[in-house]
Amino acid sequence: MSVLLNKDSRVIFQGFTGQHATFHAEEAMKIGTKVVGGVTPGKGGTQHLGLPVFDTVEEAVRETGADVSGIFAPPPFAADAIMEAIDAGIKTIVVIADGIPVQDMVRVERYRLGTNSIIIGPNTPGIITPGVGKVGIMPSHIYSPGRIGIVSRSGTLNYEAVAQMSELGLGQSSSIGIGGDPVNGTDFATVLKAFEDDPDTDAVLMIGEIGGPQEVDAARWAKKNMRKPLIGYVAGLSAPPGRRMGHAGAIISSESDTATAKIDMMEALGMFVVRNPADIGATVLRAIKS
Amino acid sequence: MNIHEYQTKDLLKHYGVPVPPGRVVHTDAQAATVAEEIGGSRWVIKAQIHSGGRGKAGGVRVGNSIDEVRVIADEIIGSLLVTHQTGAEGRLVRRVLVEQASNIVREYYVGLIIDRATRRITLVASAEGGVEIEVVAKQTPERIIREVIDPAVGLLDFQCRKVAYKVGLKGALLPQAVKVMKGLYRCMRDNDAIMAEINPLAIVDNGQLLALDAKMTFDDNALYRRPTISELRDFDEEDPKEVEATGHGLNYIALDGDVGCIVNGAGLAMATMDAITLHGGRPANFLDVGGGATPEKVANAFRIVLQDPAVKIILINIFAGINRCDWIATGIIQAMRDQNIQMPIIVRLAGTNVEEGRTILSTSKFPFIIASNLNDAAAKAVTEVNNIVQKVVPLKKEHS
Repeated sequence: MSVLLNKDSRVIFQGFTGQHATFHAEEAMKIGTKVVGGVTPGKGGTQHLGLPVFDTVEEAVRETGADVSGIFAPPPFAADAIMEAIDAGIKTIVVIADGIPVQDMVRVERYRLGTNSIIIGPNTPGIITPGVGKVGIMPSHIYSPGRIGIVSRSGTLNYEAVAQMSELGLGQSSSIGIGGDPVNGTDFATVLKAFEDDPDTDAVLMIGEIGGPQEVDAARWAKKNMRKPLIGYVAGLSAPPGRRMGHAGAIISSESDTATAKIDMMEALGMFVVRNPADIGATVLRAIKS
Repeated sequence: MNIHEYQTKDLLKHYGVPVPPGRVVHTDAQAATVAEEIGGSRWVIKAQIHSGGRGKAGGVRVGNSIDEVRVIADEIIGSLLVTHQTGAEGRLVRRVLVEQASNIVREYYVGLIIDRATRRITLVASAEGGVEIEVVAKQTPERIIREVIDPAVGLLDFQCRKVAYKVGLKGALLPQAVKVMKGLYRCMRDNDAIMAEINPLAIVDNGQLLALDAKMTFDDNALYRRPTISELRDFDEEDPKEVEATGHGLNYIALDGDVGCIVNGAGLAMATMDAITLHGGRPANFLDVGGGATPEKVANAFRIVLQDPAVKIILINIFAGINRCDWIATGIIQAMRDQNIQMPIIVRLAGTNVEEGRTILSTSKFPFIIASNLNDAAAKAVTEVNNIVQKVVPLKKEHS
């Protein structure tokens, strides 16, 4: 998909020389991602993985023309790193950290207003465009090039869906994790729009979970604006109300937050819905054949 | 993280929000002493547990003399309070808040939430005080007033005035309402709360606004930078298994079924529970081992799941991305050996190093039930648990 990560994307990593960023930058490079350098304050001027390290994102953008950044800063420092990327004009900012204080994200979202930056995450496995590259922590070997777009809040459930699709010979145009936090940079509807406009995508799978209005908002948007088939699943059918199910954002606070309420609404809005998580792949196949 | 009412009121007082004179006590004698010290002719004795619905459960009572205060405090302290949030087993009351009783003229609701749609803190108010805001939102949504706060400038005076006028706080009450709303906002912002509410905010007979009850929930992810808030944590109010799990870097939530679950990732953990439910089974827990799970972490997961005596079988569902199936398998073997586990164990492994993981399981002496995918895993788990239940039921019948 050309909107967020394509063959022309020039990728940097913030927190580049750390253990996690190093491992995942190497993995990304192995599948062809065009990584052009990284940022670690205090290590500017050195080399890492054969690539230049910069002190600031501004300098990295000026020297390398980077337009995508994978942020591997730990949660206490992530908000500052995201705003530095926005300030430097990075277009796609992928935030892996799980555990960023929610009020930090409220401030980040305010800071982003009026810019062209898109924040993917936080608490996301990232973005992968099979055959082109990835910025994230997902196991790239399970994905294969194809024409189904995937957008999900959860990482491992995304892998589960991909495995089910692979068994049926279905590949992905791109897979995007919007993350499991209550305040995230990009919502489902925004990603659906990107897939709707993408010539390499034929159908979209949306994997949601309990908590928040995003899934239904996206379904409403799709009803009005989307022509490609949209398949939806919502995890947490058996989750008790008022408890945070692992993800900070996965909590039933009102009746409209439940998996059943969301799925029913999605079905009423004309989506293909999956009620049993074991049927995700089969439902995608049925949708594209319809 | 939740805190007690008296702790919330102490915090709010620092931010200029007026609260009734009062103090928390642990004994009936202290309750009487405090009532005398704060003065007045009527007092409220309020059970301090992390739950709503305390009043209906008999945990909030009025004493008309010092002696009555003592008697009521004695009755409440040490009792088990059963509310709609505690479950049938109830919650032990270890302390009560003794406050001067107020003559209430009118009650309002004022709260702050983080609104997920606007991604901002939103001020919420209603003239329907003393009622849960969720109930008002459902029955009379038009009576809820909202004002979205720009984090760059914070809650502004005019926004408070707008909201106050709309709920009917006018005249001499207006400046007081502004002070309460701004105090509540600053308290939420400065302490990384994710929810703060005063319910009811009451006009009392001397024309003052008073926060009669208040609740705050704090962001677990921000506690590292809020040491004074972290100290307010009361482990007595939390499930010890969940506290222990957190200590091991695991995310555990107890449920009421009999199929123990060990899964990686929150989404897949929920989906696994859903698949079990759809096959007619009942999950005993939510458990996310997270990423980079070591064999020790997996063994700890077993220990925590098995602390629940209702667990009859365990289903392990792993889709390894940054995890490694061989480490998971090693952890499973370690748990089987060290914890002498006899119940059926269903294992589904996929992703990174899956072949190595499967080999470790198949070459061990333990009779694992291997599942090929999510559906197979849920189906096998439910079949196994039904076999166990069927074996038990006829026995009971023979004895009866």
